[in-house]
Amino acid sequence: MNITLLDLQTYWWLLVSVIGALFVFMTFVQGGQTLLYTLGRTEDERDLLINSLGRKWELTFTTLVMFGGALFAAFPLFYAVSFGGAYFVWMAILFCFIIQAVAYEYRKKPDNLYGEKFYERLLYINGSLGIFLIGVALATLFSGGNFIVNSMHYSMWTKPTYGLEALANPFNVAFGLMLVFLSRVQAALYFFNSVNEASIIKRVKNVVKINFLLFLPLFLYVVAVILFSDGLIYDPVTKVVSVESMKFLHLFLDLPFLLVLFLIGVLTLLYGVYKALFKNSQKAIFLTSFGTVLTVTIVLFILGVHNSVFYPSLVDIQSSLTIQNSSGSFYTLSVMSVVSLLVPVVLAYVFVVWRAMDAKKITIDEIKSDPHHY
Amino acid sequence: MEHSDLLVDWSRAQFALTALYHWLFVPLTLGLTFIIAIMETIYVKTGDEKWKTITKYWMGLLAINFAIGLATGIIMEFEFGTNWSNYSWIVGDIFGAPLAIEGLMAFFMESTFFAVMFFGWDKVSKKMHLTSTWLVAIGSNLSALWILLANGWMQHPVGMHFNPDTARNEMQDFSAIFFNPTGVSKFLHTISSGYVLASLFVIGISAWYLLKKREIQFARRSILVAASFGLITSLFMLTTGDEAAHQVALTQPMKLAAMEGLYKGEERAGIVAIGLLDTSKEIGDTLEPFVFSFEIPSALSFLGYHNFNAFVPGIDDLVYGNKKHNIMSVSEKMTQGKIALHALKLYKEYKKQNNMPQAAEALKLFEAHEKYMGYGYLKNAKDAVPSVALSFYSFHTMVGLGTWFILLFILVLYFTMINEMHNKKWLLYLSLFTIPLGYVAQECGWITAEAGRQPWAIQDLLPVGMATSNVATTSVMITFWLFAILFTGLLIAEVKIMLKQIKIGPEEH
Ligand code: HDD
Ligand code: HEM
Ligand code: HEM
Repeated sequence: MNITLLDLQTYWWLLVSVIGALFVFMTFVQGGQTLLYTLGRTEDERDLLINSLGRKWELTFTTLVMFGGALFAAFPLFYAVSFGGAYFVWMAILFCFIIQAVAYEYRKKPDNLYGEKFYERLLYINGSLGIFLIGVALATLFSGGNFIVNSMHYSMWTKPTYGLEALANPFNVAFGLMLVFLSRVQAALYFFNSVNEASIIKRVKNVVKINFLLFLPLFLYVVAVILFSDGLIYDPVTKVVSVESMKFLHLFLDLPFLLVLFLIGVLTLLYGVYKALFKNSQKAIFLTSFGTVLTVTIVLFILGVHNSVFYPSLVDIQSSLTIQNSSGSFYTLSVMSVVSLLVPVVLAYVFVVWRAMDAKKITIDEIKSDPHHY
Repeated sequence: MEHSDLLVDWSRAQFALTALYHWLFVPLTLGLTFIIAIMETIYVKTGDEKWKTITKYWMGLLAINFAIGLATGIIMEFEFGTNWSNYSWIVGDIFGAPLAIEGLMAFFMESTFFAVMFFGWDKVSKKMHLTSTWLVAIGSNLSALWILLANGWMQHPVGMHFNPDTARNEMQDFSAIFFNPTGVSKFLHTISSGYVLASLFVIGISAWYLLKKREIQFARRSILVAASFGLITSLFMLTTGDEAAHQVALTQPMKLAAMEGLYKGEERAGIVAIGLLDTSKEIGDTLEPFVFSFEIPSALSFLGYHNFNAFVPGIDDLVYGNKKHNIMSVSEKMTQGKIALHALKLYKEYKKQNNMPQAAEALKLFEAHEKYMGYGYLKNAKDAVPSVALSFYSFHTMVGLGTWFILLFILVLYFTMINEMHNKKWLLYLSLFTIPLGYVAQECGWITAEAGRQPWAIQDLLPVGMATSNVATTSVMITFWLFAILFTGLLIAEVKIMLKQIKIGPEEH
C-alpha cells in the first residue's frame, strides 16, 4: 500500500477534528463554572461543585493546548495565518484561559489577595466569554477571515480590528453561543451523574431544560447555514479555488457515510437529553458526550475532505487555506503519524485513572475531610 | 516582508516578558516534583507517617506554583503563532512536531496524574499513588525535553533543508533533531538547574522554620533530602553548563564572544571572572572593553574548546573577518545572502512563467549561496552582534551564583550531618536569602541564551526582524501591558498565598 501526502493530510485533519471535538466535550468544565450560583445556593454546595470540576479542568486545558499543538505541527500555515492575524480574538481567548488556571487553586486559600468572589468571577469569565470566543474562532473556519497569503507564504490581515470583526457576523455569534449553551447542558448532566447532594440534583433538570431550549434553535440555524450557503472548493490539479453553492450539502450527498455519522451524533445527543429529562437517567451524560464528540468531529472533518477549503479568505479567495496548501511536509507528517499511535495509550490511561478517581460520587463530607480540596 | 523596528522590539519584549514569567515557576516544578517523589518513596518504604506529612506539605506548595506555571505556559505556545507568525510558517514543519509530542506525551501525563497525586490519597492504593507522583515528576521533565529540543534547534538548526517551493525549512532527519548536541546539553543543564533551584527552595524554607524554632524535625528531614539532592545535581549542573558553553563555542561563536566581552580574538583566552564593561566601547575601535577586570588565564579557551591553547574569536574577528583563522566577515556573508535571496526570487518568477531552464539556473545560484541566506536580510554588519552588556553580565551572574550554590550545599549538608545546622544562625540566614538568588540565576541563564542569540530567531537563517507577525505595533503594545499587569497581579497573589501557607506550616492532618 502506498501512502500519499494527501492521505497523511487527511489523517491529520481527522486527528485535529477529533481533538477539537474532545475539547468541545470537555468544556462541560467551563459550563459548570457558569452554573456555580445557579446550582449551588450555599457555600458548601458551591465548594462541592467546584471540587467535582476541579479534578477535570486540567484535562480540558491540556486538550486545548494539544489542539493548538496539533494544528501547529500538522498545518503550520493555519497557525501562522490565523493566530498572527486574528490576533485579538486569540489573545482574548488566551486571557480567558490564563485566569482559569489559577482560579481553582487560589480561590479558597487564605490570604489570596483578591478574595473568593474574585476567583469565582474569573471562572465565570472563562466559562462564558472563553467558550463563546472559541466558538467564534471555530465558526470562522466556515465563514472565513480577512487575510492574504503571498507566494513566500507570508500572511497579512487586512482589517485593523485583527479578528474582532468576526463578531459582526451572526453565524459566528450563533456558533459561539451555541457552544456556551451546549457546555452548560453538558455540565448539568455531568453534575447529575457525579455529585451526591439532593439539593443540587433537584435543580439540575431545570438547567438542562432551559439551556437545551436555547441551544437547539442556534444549532439548527448553524447547521442550516453550513448546508445551504455558498462554500469554497478547490481544484486538486490547478489548486484554483472557486465558489460552489450549497457546498456542504453536496458533500454530504456525495459522501453519505459522513451524513449518517453526523445524524447518529445528533440523535444520540438528543436521546441523551431526553433520557435525562424524562427517564431521570443519571448516565445520560455518556450519551450526550458521545453525541457531542461525534457531531463535532464530523462538522470539523468535512472542512478537510472533498476538496473543501478549511479557512476561506474573505479578501482573496485564492489565499484560502486547504489541507493541501497549508500542511507540514510528507516526512514530518509521517514521523508524527507514528507518534500519534500514542493517542490510544493516552486515552486509555486517562480513562483508567478517571474510573479509579470517580468510583464513588463526590459528597460534601468528603470535601470537608480532605485538607487539599479546592 | 520587513517590519518596523518598533514592532520587532515590542514583539521581543512581549516574548521576553512572558517567557521570563513562565520561567519563574517552571524550574521549581521540575525539581520539587522529584524531591516530593523521593520523600513519598521514603514514606512508603518506612511507613513513617511523619514522612507523609512532609510530602503533603511540599505538595501543597507545589500546587500553588503549578497553577501559575500553567497559566503562564499556555500563552507561550500560542505566542509563536500570534507574534511570530512568519517564523511559525518557516520553521513549523520542524518545530511543530516537538511541541505536539510534548503535549501528547508530557502534558497529558502531568495533568492526569496530578489529580491523583492531590486527590487520590484515599482513593487509590499507596503504590499507585506513589507511581502517580513519580509520573508527574517524569512528565514535567519530559515536557522540558521537547520544548528544549525545539529551543536547541533554534540555536543550532540541524536535520532539515530549505525548500524553495514552499519557502520554508522542512524536516529531513528527526533523529538529528532529537540528538542535536545543543538540544541535549540544553535539556540536561536546564533540568539540573531546576533541581538546584528546588533544593534551594526547600532548604531556605526549612531554614526559616529552624530560625523560628518551629517544626524542627520536619525541617531537618527536609533539609537532609534537599541538600543531598542539591549537591549531587549541582555538580551535574556544573558539568552540563560546561558542556553548554562548549556547544556555544562550536556553533554560536558570536554569542560566546558577547558572553565574555571578548572583542579581539586570542589564543589562550582568559575568562574575566569579575569585570566592569566600558560603556563607550564600540565594535572595531581600540578601546579596552573593561574599565577593570580580574582574569583567569587560558580558562576561556579551555571552557569553550577544551584546549588551553585554542583560539577564541572575538567580536571584531567575527564582524570584520580574520584571514589567519579562516573567519569570513559579516559583510561578505551579507553579500552572499543577498545573492541567495535574489536568486530565490528569480527562481519563483521563472517558475511562475513556466520557464524551467532559467528556473533551474536560478535555483543553482541559490543553492550555492544558501548557507548565508539569513545574512541577506541584515542591513548593517554590526547588526550581527548581540548586546554585549546583557550577555556578559547575565552570564557572569549565573556562573558566580552557581559556584555559591555548590558551596552552600556543601556547608548545609556538612552541618546537618553533624547535627549542628539548627545552631548555625548565619548559615540559616544565608540559606533563606539564597532562595531569590536561585531565581536570579535562572533568569540570567535564559537571558544569556536568548539575548545572546540575537539578532537571530534561528541562528544564521532567520533574523528576528523577518520572523514577526504583521500586526500593528499598538496591538502588541496593548497585549504587552495586559500581560504585564495580569501576570504581576497573579504573581503577587501567588507569593502571598505561598507565604501564608509557609507560616501555617506542616500541620498534622
Ligand atoms: C540555577 C540556575 C543556574 C545556574 C546556577 C547555572 N546555570 Fe547555566 N543556565 C541555566 C541555569 C543555571 C538555565 C536557566 O537553565 C539556562 C538558560 C538556557 C539553558 O539552556 O539553560 C542556562 C544557560 C547556560 C548557558 C547558555 C547556553 C546557551 O546559550 O544555549 C551556558 C554556557 C551555561 N548556562 C553555563 C553555566 C555554567 C558554566 C554554570 C556554572 C555553575 C551555570 N551555567 C550555572
Ligand atoms: C525552558 C523552557 C520550558 C520548560 C522547561 C517548560 C516546562 C514546563 C513545565 C514543567 C510545565 C508544567 C507547569 C509548571 O511548570 O508549573 C509547563 C507548562 C506549560 N508550558 Fe512550559 N516550559 C518551557 C517553556 C515553554 C515554552 C517556550 C512554551 C511554548 C511552547 C511552553 C508551553 C507551556 C504550556 C502550554 C504549559 C501548560 C501545559 C499544560 O497544559 O499542562 N513552555 N512548561
Ligand atoms: C522559559 C524559558 C525561556 C526564557 C526565560 C526565554 C527568554 C527569552 C527572551 C529574554 C527573549 C528575548 C530575546 C531578545 O529579544 O533579546 C526570548 C525570545 C524568544 N525565545 Fe525564548 N526564552 C525561553 C525559552 C524559550 C524556548 C524553550 C523557546 C523555543 C522553543 C523560545 C523561543 C523564543 C523565541 C521564538 C523568541 C523570539 C525571537 C527572538 O527574540 O529570538 N524561548 N526568549
